[in-house]
Amino acid sequence: MPASVGSHLVTQRFGDEKARTLAGYEATGGYSVLRKALSMRPEDITNEVKASNLRGRGGAGFATGVKWGFVPKDAKEVHLVCNADESEPGTCKDRLLIWWDPHLLIEGMIIAAHALKAKHNYIYIRGEMMREYQVLDAAVKEAYARGYLGDNVLGTGIAVHLTVHRGAGAYICGEETALLNSLEGLRGQPRLKPPFPAVKGLFGNPTIVNNVETLMNVPFIVDKGGAWFNELGMGRSGGTRIVCVSGHVNKPGVFELPMGITFTQIINDICGGVWKGRKAKAVIPGGVSMPPLDASELDVPCEFDALQTDERIKPVMVRPGQQFDLGGGRALRTMAGSGGIVVMDDQTDIPRALWRILKFFAHESCGQCTPCREGTGWLEKVARRVGHGEGKEGDIDLMASIAHGIAGNTICALGDAAAWPTLGFLTKFREDFEAAIKRRAA
Amino acid sequence: MSLEFSAQAQQKIAALCGRYPTKKPVVLAALHLAQKEHGHLSDDALRLVARTLDLPYAHVYGVATFYTMFRREPGGAQTIRMCTNISCMLRGGYEVLAAFEQRLGLKKGESNAKFTLVEEECIAACDKAPCALVGTKYVYDITPAQVGDIVAELERDPHPEGEVV
Ligand SMILES: Cc1cc2nc3c(=O)[nH]c(=O)nc-3n(C[C@H](O)[C@H](O)[C@H](O)COP(=O)(O)O)c2cc1C
Ligand code: SF4
Ligand code: FES
Repeated sequence: MPASVGSHLVTQRFGDEKARTLAGYEATGGYSVLRKALSMRPEDITNEVKASNLRGRGGAGFATGVKWGFVPKDAKEVHLVCNADESEPGTCKDRLLIWWDPHLLIEGMIIAAHALKAKHNYIYIRGEMMREYQVLDAAVKEAYARGYLGDNVLGTGIAVHLTVHRGAGAYICGEETALLNSLEGLRGQPRLKPPFPAVKGLFGNPTIVNNVETLMNVPFIVDKGGAWFNELGMGRSGGTRIVCVSGHVNKPGVFELPMGITFTQIINDICGGVWKGRKAKAVIPGGVSMPPLDASELDVPCEFDALQTDERIKPVMVRPGQQFDLGGGRALRTMAGSGGIVVMDDQTDIPRALWRILKFFAHESCGQCTPCREGTGWLEKVARRVGHGEGKEGDIDLMASIAHGIAGNTICALGDAAAWPTLGFLTKFREDFEAAIKRRAA
Repeated sequence: MSLEFSAQAQQKIAALCGRYPTKKPVVLAALHLAQKEHGHLSDDALRLVARTLDLPYAHVYGVATFYTMFRREPGGAQTIRMCTNISCMLRGGYEVLAAFEQRLGLKKGESNAKFTLVEEECIAACDKAPCALVGTKYVYDITPAQVGDIVAELERDPHPEGEVV
């Protein structure tokens, strides 16, 4: 049965101060699924995760069980790495998940590590999350002391180790190969793919990188079964979805919701509507890397496939009349991304909003590839003048052509992450940019 | 001047080295510790990290200059990181940043002995925008009028970032 508003898996302990401790977590059923998982064969766990249609909550929405299946069967050493670098603007769920329920993440990781036969595992936590790091590190120590972690987990002979690794400030370290380089003690610059981490990752070994929310769902799948989890969701997306709603709504917040809920429902029913009695003008559906929706596109569900394919969402254009090609003629509409929903009301200065987004990407480019390093800086410069009432004739086409030159031509997806919203905003709010430029001419 | 780590920091580094196949992955932790104990990452502090982990100086330099939390110059005892990214901007983040600048008598990026003021990118509290990380603590839903109290509270009850390292 699909989940309903109010059914909570990964956020069920939010607000319960005691659940942060091992005793509090166990008192609410914690670590009971781990015992069941340890008695299962690793491949059976992976099969349940495949059947669950759990999809990665870090941004790309890739099927988790399928990813786990890419680890070569004859691998000598495998690693599981949790991506807790959360820094996509608009996204604020992983920090809360760690804060309220660190042991659920640890339990999910031990189960996943057993499924992957991964002995040495890491949580890469963003450097700025200082108190969250303390909470997590304390929880890991408790789990070791109780025998949930170590060379002989609960006397089963299975070894699972877990180390919390602090970052030091760099958005790009959320990209999984940059994260692995950073974990290895290098500058956090992305690696060329292939090889993908599942084949050659941390220290040269097959490595699975999963998001915090993704891993926290694993205990529920093992407890109640993949089929049950799949039915909670919609289409090919199992489970619930955490959305982080920010911007111009009356009640912003982090909410665990059914996959099929629409943006209109989220804004009106969950978040008390747009503030000051205004209307929504633009909605970023999943972190600033994603093209925005306009007011006519909000009846679409926040589910992964719907956001990519629902024809009620207009395709992103390079210029009027020329559709952006995602490869093989596929249209780019938008994507579910990280769950960061940013609502902008009808009085928002859209060119200025795009400028702020591009300022971020220009700051965070790691500088390895020319199109991204030069392109994000140039985009920011043009967007800045348009957003500050100093735009020139031709700036819209200039921004579009710079963005088009970046997209698809870089080592990692940060380049696309700067290009896509640029093209998306220009496609859907072209008049706003034209008006901003005209204002200057006048 | 040759710098040293405290005994406690040396112990932490030794324990961490046991968690990885080589010492190299400990470089971020060692840099955090060096910054905590020596205030900023001077050339000597980088040499200390290089020596401790048997890494080339150039490698440590390259790493230290990649990440925004590390500083090569002295700064304030506490850092105020004010987010102005999209969700915070939409709810007045720039106005709050201006209020911090005025209250501290610092421009963004500047320091005095007590404080460093940073214009920060998203700090993952967007639903409580505008927000800031002051020392090790998050403050939420800030209005410009509250800035004076926030700074006074930090002066009374400091939480420098080094306390979590
Ligand atoms: C520039 C960039 C930043 C990213 N930042 C994050 C992040 O902060 N957290 C995260 O989980 N994934 C992030 N990702 C996605 C990761 O590369 C990776 O796909 C994800 O961690 C895989 O986990 P999942 O399959 O559970 O989603 C980022 C990707 C890119 C290109
Ligand atoms: S696309 Fe940008 S961030 Fe990614 S590797 Fe290239 S320069 Fe670095
Ligand atoms: S945009 Fe300010 S915390 Fe995310």
